[in-house]
Amino acid sequence: MSAQNVLFDAPGPKARRNIRIVNILGVLLVLALLWFAASGLADKGQFEAAKWTPFLEWSTWQYYLLPGLLSTLKAAAVAVVTSIAFGLLFGIGRLSAFKPISWASGIVVEFFRAVPVLLMMVFFYQFLSKSTSVDPSQVPFWAVVIALTLYNGSVIAELVRSGVFGLPKGQREAGLAIGLTPGQSLRSIEMPQALVAMLPALLSQFVVILKDSALGTFIGYTELLEYARRLASGEGNILPALLVTAAIFIILNMLLTFAAQRLSRRLGARAGKVLQIEDTIEPEGIEAPAPAPAKGAAR
Amino acid sequence: MEGFTALFEQYDVVGAFWVNIQLAFWAALWSLILGTVLALMRISPIPSLQWFGTAYVNIFRNTPLTIIMVFGSLALWSQLNVSLSSDFTTNFFRLAVLSLTVYHAAFFCEAIRSGVNTVPLGQAEAARAIGLGFLPAARIIIMPQAFRGAIAPMGNVLIALVKNTTVAATAGVAVETSSTMKTMIEFYPNLMTQIFLTFAIGYVIIVIPIGLLTTWASKKLAVAR
Amino acid sequence: MRKTRYAAAAIAAVAALTLSACGGGSDSGSESGSTEGSGEKIRIGIKFDQPGLGFKDGSEFTGFDVDVAKYVANELGYPEDQIEFMASPSAQRENMLENDQLDMIFATYSITDTRKEKVAFAGPYFVAGQDLLVPADSDIAGPEDLEGKNLCSVTGSTSAQKIKDEKAAGVNLLEQPSYAECVTAMQGGQIDAVTTDDIILAGLASTDANKGKFKVVGNPFSEEKYGVGLPKEGGVVTCEDINTAITKMIDDGAWEEAIKKNTEGADYTFNAEMNPPKMDACA
Repeated sequence: MSAQNVLFDAPGPKARRNIRIVNILGVLLVLALLWFAASGLADKGQFEAAKWTPFLEWSTWQYYLLPGLLSTLKAAAVAVVTSIAFGLLFGIGRLSAFKPISWASGIVVEFFRAVPVLLMMVFFYQFLSKSTSVDPSQVPFWAVVIALTLYNGSVIAELVRSGVFGLPKGQREAGLAIGLTPGQSLRSIEMPQALVAMLPALLSQFVVILKDSALGTFIGYTELLEYARRLASGEGNILPALLVTAAIFIILNMLLTFAAQRLSRRLGARAGKVLQIEDTIEPEGIEAPAPAPAKGAAR
Repeated sequence: MEGFTALFEQYDVVGAFWVNIQLAFWAALWSLILGTVLALMRISPIPSLQWFGTAYVNIFRNTPLTIIMVFGSLALWSQLNVSLSSDFTTNFFRLAVLSLTVYHAAFFCEAIRSGVNTVPLGQAEAARAIGLGFLPAARIIIMPQAFRGAIAPMGNVLIALVKNTTVAATAGVAVETSSTMKTMIEFYPNLMTQIFLTFAIGYVIIVIPIGLLTTWASKKLAVAR
Repeated sequence: MRKTRYAAAAIAAVAALTLSACGGGSDSGSESGSTEGSGEKIRIGIKFDQPGLGFKDGSEFTGFDVDVAKYVANELGYPEDQIEFMASPSAQRENMLENDQLDMIFATYSITDTRKEKVAFAGPYFVAGQDLLVPADSDIAGPEDLEGKNLCSVTGSTSAQKIKDEKAAGVNLLEQPSYAECVTAMQGGQIDAVTTDDIILAGLASTDANKGKFKVVGNPFSEEKYGVGLPKEGGVVTCEDINTAITKMIDDGAWEEAIKKNTEGADYTFNAEMNPPKMDACA
């Protein structure tokens, strides 16, 4: 039911009037809420210029927000690459015909999908802090990357698996019929299609990675939120700092989401039918319900 | 190993998990309600409600939960003097539930909307044909089917919610699992792997049944088409 | 950030006043850095997020720890352009010294017996005490007045726990990720006091945004000797040289000036019974 306006008739004159009334009431309600928040904050002096002007100064961006953003993007980018590698490895491992491998992969994937990222981050931070092989200034970075990789990699492994399962059976049968081994068929026929199909879901997983990188502030990784808090401890403006940080995250994530939508539409167009995905992005790290082509291409 | 078991006498690990489970329960309840309202807004005929639902989802789905949590305790409580209980500890528990609710409602909304997407067009057309307006059609025809189609994604949101309760440490909930684990590791660094595995397995024990249950339920309740 | 892990050790440290502090740094063959320091950089670990003590303010480093570190390094033959400041968070300090990733640490590093098993200490260069920060017009005079009041500290803080266990059982304890959040909450009026080491509190209260709004109660209920962390073996600087430098800094007034400068506006006077500190003997 992608065309949602079939839920209701085109409004007549009376309905239009009612809609207009509700619209006005809705706007008033939102304005009232905003006013309540704003006046409360104003009472507490949160709108003092001194709390906000730091964000108009270049040095704030130069020394706090931009380096923070850079670290956030760095951790997220590395985690994206390692998560994909992890996901491919264990996703394919789970599809293996050799039972011990598929079982072992299954246990790894299920385990790391169930453990909160924050617990992993805290543990790996302490663990790497005590080891000798990691440059101490890089310990928080690697703790963040490892924790993000184990969780998101496991989610991607499930994407890979459901992507392959979502393919028409005939693909595999055709592969076997022309004399490929099951492994060859998986590699050269099924995986390429599954990967294309899972791309939109993969992109939305990047949103999860980017957001979860903010957990790094718990272990002192100098990402955006951590820098915002340091800035705030000097300027005494934690609320404005949090608002600006949230705005930056929202913009970045909306760009990623937008890219995911564009991509899914393009892939859908290629498959000859518009996909259902709309702007329904998979919530927090979840295997997509058999992604794209399952519903598309004729079979 | 003896030192390890002695740890359980010193720290209330089970109690810590109980706090997280309570957080998850209340947050799940409220965010399911709020998420349903938001989903109805998004598919409603009224533009301002659609706009509000969309804006809500886009803002909160894209904000790190950590920031929302810090806001809950620092903006609402300490700046706006919003207090949800006269008892100090209960107040922070409820603020954490509120923050979790605000964040996860956006995901429940999207899960329910994806459930709406599984309902065939003909159902809505039939509802209109027999003269049902938007709300009756949604209540009698669309939503019952949508919820059944949304069980699997809602289960996934629930799992994420259970795990995200660990972030409540930022909102002043002190006795939950992540802060308990952190304190234990700091006191007993030589037992850190055992301590971590204890907590990790605790979450596996909670999360895997939820996953199995929702998968089973989504198959059992799937609408045959 | 003061962490619980060090709680027992911190108490033990008081009992260990007479024990020697420095490890085997002196037998490593490297003589005083003042003669061979030319050209080489010295790596000093500080906090980056503790206003008034060790704070990375844009490209600058400020705070009392930083000022002492600069003075001492200069005495050892490392002028400011030969200092490389690195972040040394609490959880990593011992490890960074053991792995030769740092030469010295000035990072609110309390001298304790547990730590002495792994690292050596010079100093102390300051004796802090756990204390309370309250709004400037508050009548709270000590931890005993906190009954029924709201107290804020960081997760796992020993000083907050001590107040709850020994001084005021009815205190409401809020734990936050960092002191900045505590101070923000106190500005909003919901928190009556923040607790940790007095000089850390003074540093928080002396930031531009907080000047004049808060005061340190000045009724410390513990003793934390801030030492200079050194590797047990193979250090490039010796405990004796550092102690000489600190003593010189105290004698020529630069020490007191550094405290005044970094706690300005906080209505804070350091505990004169314990300060300026006497150097512990080096091993």
